[in-house]
Amino acid sequence: MRFILLFACLLANLPALAGIPIQRWTLPSGAQVYLVESPSIAMVDLQIDFDAGARRDPAEKAGLASVTAGMASRGVLAAPGEPALDENALSEAWADLGASFGAGATGDRMSFSLRSLTYPDLLGRAVALAGRQFAQPAFPATIWQRERERITASLREANTRPATVAGRVFGAAVYGAHPYGYEMTAQTLARIEVADMQALYARAIQPCRAKVSIVGAVSRAQVDQLLGVLFARIPANGGACAAFAPVPEVAALAAPADLRIPADSAQAHLLMGQPGVKRDDPDFFPLTVGNYILGGGGFVSRLTSEVREKRGLSYSVYSYFSPSLHAGAFTVGLQTRPDQAAQALAVSRDVVARFVADGPTQGELDAAKSNLVGGFALLIDSNRKLLGNVSNIAWNGLPLDYLDRWTAMVERVTVADVRTAFARALQPGRMVTVIVGGNP
Amino acid sequence: MKRFLFLVGLWVCWAAQAQPVAPIAQFRLANGLTVIVKPDRRAPTAVHMLWVRVGAMDEVDGSSGVAHVLEHMMFKGTDTLAPGEFSRRVAALGGRENAFTARDFTGYYQQIPANRLEDVMKLEADRFANNRWADIEFTREIEVVKEERRLRTDDNPRALLYESLNAAVFVASPYRRPIVGWMNDLEAMTPADVREFHRRWYVPANAALVVAGDVDVDQVRQWADKYYGAIVARELPGRKPRVEPAQAGVRRLDVKAAAEQAYVSLAFKVPALAADGLEARTATPADDDALALTVLAAVLDGYGGARLDRALTQGDDRVADSAGAYNGLWGRGPQVFVLDGVPAKGKTAEQVERALRAQIERVARDGVSQAELDRVKTQWVASEVYKLDSVFNQARSLGNYWAIGLPLDAGERLVARLRGVQPAQVQAVAARYFGDDQLTVATLRPQPPDPNRRARIPPPGGRH
Repeated sequence: MRFILLFACLLANLPALAGIPIQRWTLPSGAQVYLVESPSIAMVDLQIDFDAGARRDPAEKAGLASVTAGMASRGVLAAPGEPALDENALSEAWADLGASFGAGATGDRMSFSLRSLTYPDLLGRAVALAGRQFAQPAFPATIWQRERERITASLREANTRPATVAGRVFGAAVYGAHPYGYEMTAQTLARIEVADMQALYARAIQPCRAKVSIVGAVSRAQVDQLLGVLFARIPANGGACAAFAPVPEVAALAAPADLRIPADSAQAHLLMGQPGVKRDDPDFFPLTVGNYILGGGGFVSRLTSEVREKRGLSYSVYSYFSPSLHAGAFTVGLQTRPDQAAQALAVSRDVVARFVADGPTQGELDAAKSNLVGGFALLIDSNRKLLGNVSNIAWNGLPLDYLDRWTAMVERVTVADVRTAFARALQPGRMVTVIVGGNP
Repeated sequence: MKRFLFLVGLWVCWAAQAQPVAPIAQFRLANGLTVIVKPDRRAPTAVHMLWVRVGAMDEVDGSSGVAHVLEHMMFKGTDTLAPGEFSRRVAALGGRENAFTARDFTGYYQQIPANRLEDVMKLEADRFANNRWADIEFTREIEVVKEERRLRTDDNPRALLYESLNAAVFVASPYRRPIVGWMNDLEAMTPADVREFHRRWYVPANAALVVAGDVDVDQVRQWADKYYGAIVARELPGRKPRVEPAQAGVRRLDVKAAAEQAYVSLAFKVPALAADGLEARTATPADDDALALTVLAAVLDGYGGARLDRALTQGDDRVADSAGAYNGLWGRGPQVFVLDGVPAKGKTAEQVERALRAQIERVARDGVSQAELDRVKTQWVASEVYKLDSVFNQARSLGNYWAIGLPLDAGERLVARLRGVQPAQVQAVAARYFGDDQLTVATLRPQPPDPNRRARIPPPGGRH
């Protein structure tokens, strides 16, 4: 492949959803439902998001959200008339249905995902099993002991790699004491017990806190019925939940930091950046369009042109914002032969500083809009892509007509908007620079 | 108002389609180029792919990596397009693009709004026929490719292990060389090597155009004739078979690299499924065995808690932190069945190797249950439905089938054939193919990083 990951970053930044009618309603349990009916293929994708991501991890137990999500698939408790299922029985049951149900955590969310065929008998059984697993995960202590050992060993392995080291050092320097910068380590894992998982689960995984996004060959009536089954075993708290305490914001950097870590590697890994913006930033669109020009737009960005195309310094070079509930990092990254690290850094710094100072040219802006507006339909042309967009609207409380306005919001961005937004959001003189394995 | 109409139109497209499965069209242009069209009108987008039946396996010693370097250079201009202009035009169309090189094929693609299909067909046909660039473009881009190799292989211990494993499994087969190329071959590569490879292999009879999405077959045929049909037919060079000689005895190798965890991979030579093997009445016993080996891999590792998980990665005295099984099944070259694993703390690669082979022996001795077989078959059937969600993946499958000489419905036929595999066949292949004689074992021996070692010296002649 000619490059990696860049479009994934771009897509993650584009809250695109367009031309697709979203049905939204609230269940008596308080769960908020967002549905797009897509009848073409006999399948359904469902995602349930909770405010139980890593930002709520206790510092000394960093990784709790992530391991809790993973352990939620490791067995189901017995219920009256239903025997317990151990991890293998549960996996087999899903395999026998040709369906899947699992959980994962990001910085903000803990997400549960169900994918199933919609043949009535199969879907009914899949939802019933998901309902059991969702409400009554077993969290067996012996299996957590094993998983802890496995994760600890894989962390140790990952830490031998320059890319991992660079990411850890960068995260700590950009986020400081904020939970976005917490690092799961052998020590934090050692402090996590299944009781912590059970407590997190009981506190956060409640219907009144659920944002449910669904795309597939199901009607609203079917969704009401299947969510009834899915949530049946979790107490509904009368449909209302007390708000969680707010999480502090990411602090701006007071001074630049230049961190050099030696490594015996074939390449130096370079990361440069700072706290960026929140998802509700009013400049979201100017920053999205601007970053396409700076380092997001495939082979045509300024960074790719200067670092890769003109100088052959790196296979992959990119920039991205991570707009989240808090100010996720703005990140520039590349990898290059160790003796070229200083040159690649100088070129990248110059590209970023000039872009922040001068903004894009009108020609660059027109080209960016042409790509983003013209390619809009590519953001929504499968159920899976649509689901990501629906859950983005649900999670971030975006208006349901967001889709109707997306291309117009891109179209109205001006050169001055981009320049102003970047000048406000980024401070090139106060960024963190991390180079792992550079020479000298 | 215009935008409103567009949005309504999109929704109509989306909702009104009760039947996404349209027939696949395939035809050849007069110059020998194959065209495959798969309409799928759920959304107003299309994917346009050009597949060339040439990959790393068509290279020769001393020029490893040239197929992949050519893939990079295809973005560097034509008689009428400056370097980088191809990408700028695709971006201006609202498109996304990339390319990929494998052992068996090279592919180029654009994902575009469906009403831009003609534009990319014109661009891609031009690039296929008229790729031109100055030597300086090569001089820069070869450095990018070396960085790609450093990123993917040189700093990745398990990738290094697989590079060495392939070089040991295969002696005569071109599968022995890494796709990205040996570093020294990249250092020695010349612009002429790349141009010659293009001239030799990028001929219409060696390529297939795959178009999927919101497209009309007759319209695609017309544009294909107009743009691709104008490319002059040339003779496809002969290919030497380079058949891998029979292996007679186990091969073992170690790879030392900076790592924490050991790792072991066992590659057993096995038969590949041929095109005729997709029909029961024309299949050979070797075809049937290839299918049974794929079922065996799924029974061992096809779902969470399958046999390898249970036997190796669970329990108080587990031997491994992870374990896997994979059958190559098909391709232009010889295939292997791979078992691999990461030892748990305090366990050795040798213990993992024994435990993996013990699971094969168990199948050979006791067979597999009907429930296990039904389970993996259910998953394949379901995955055929899930596959329909991605137009891109459908196009990629079609191109892949064409490139390795299979019919376009190979996916459905494969599932139908897999569903017919019986427990006794799985047991039989477990007994037949897993002795020492066809086995190559590669073991990663982790080395601590040496804090006193000076940073690596750049290779001589490198650019600054």
